[in-house]
Amino acid sequence: MRLLAAVFAALLIAGCGASGPTFKNADITGAEWGREFSLTDHTGKPRTLADFRGKVVVVFFGYVRCPDVCPTTLAELKSVVEQLGEDGKRVQVLFVTVDPERDTRELLAQYVPAFQPDFLGLYGDQEQTARTAKEFKVFYQKVPGSRPDNYSVDHTTGSYVFDPKGRIRLFARHGQAGTLAADIRTLLKGG
Amino acid sequence: MMGFRGILILVCATAAASVSAWAQVEVKSAWARGTVAAQKTTGVYMQLKSAKDGSLVGVESPVAGMAEVHHMRMDKNVMRMSAVPRLELPAGRTVELKPGGYHVMLIDLKKPLKKGDSVPLKLKIEDRDKTVSTVEVNAEVRDAAAPAHQR
Repeated sequence: MRLLAAVFAALLIAGCGASGPTFKNADITGAEWGREFSLTDHTGKPRTLADFRGKVVVVFFGYVRCPDVCPTTLAELKSVVEQLGEDGKRVQVLFVTVDPERDTRELLAQYVPAFQPDFLGLYGDQEQTARTAKEFKVFYQKVPGSRPDNYSVDHTTGSYVFDPKGRIRLFARHGQAGTLAADIRTLLKGG
Repeated sequence: MMGFRGILILVCATAAASVSAWAQVEVKSAWARGTVAAQKTTGVYMQLKSAKDGSLVGVESPVAGMAEVHHMRMDKNVMRMSAVPRLELPAGRTVELKPGGYHVMLIDLKKPLKKGDSVPLKLKIEDRDKTVSTVEVNAEVRDAAAPAHQR
């Protein structure tokens, strides 16, 4: 019994000693959420996380009529991909709309690639959108505007980062997406 | 002839309104966030300082179908936005419209705003005695990536 405890303690210490890489952004490795989605991309192709194995995937939730947070984050992610040079080709940015009512496939097809041609806009119906948001612990809620079609959408900001094996690893808070380049390099090296 | 006089009167009235308002409200560093294709909304930011107590009660711009003052805040990681029908401008105090806070939301943009463009705006300022005057401002369009937080 004592031997077993000693072995267990040794394993624990070994486990801690071999701790993973350090990141600038919040390390959420092992989170039991944000594991999967099933949506459609802006070209009309059904997409799941597994389609992007081998790439670092950055998922951001937003909507096209968002005046500030969404375009800024997409512009920051564009700059991250550019900073990565060749490695940038192994990064896939996904913009998931929380406003499927107004953000049609056609609108996403114009908006999302305008930031960077490889970025993909993803959408689902109301039910798929709600399910995806729940899986990612994303809050979103319509706020009525001055006209019925003029509502805004309060939503969780921040970017979720997956490693090339499709495991959720990092969360970059709003305003921090621009710092992701070094972290993404680490993940691409198998960190 | 009557038509010509009518136009003259209109021009004088507009000029008088903007002169009186100009003396009352100072607008500094007005800028708008540039947009990409298909983006129908964006934010305009500026600093306002009113000599007297007043309120910003409306905004118009020819580049957009409509313009409204909104407030954005971050609540933990959630972005929350709400319309602000009246933005108080206390006498002598600078009220800042900036990313992550108050902004003029341009809605139904008629075309994308490119860096270097200029966006004309008419700010409707209401005095304490309920007189509404107009302040004209030109906002410089900056890059879409201009920081969302204090520059």
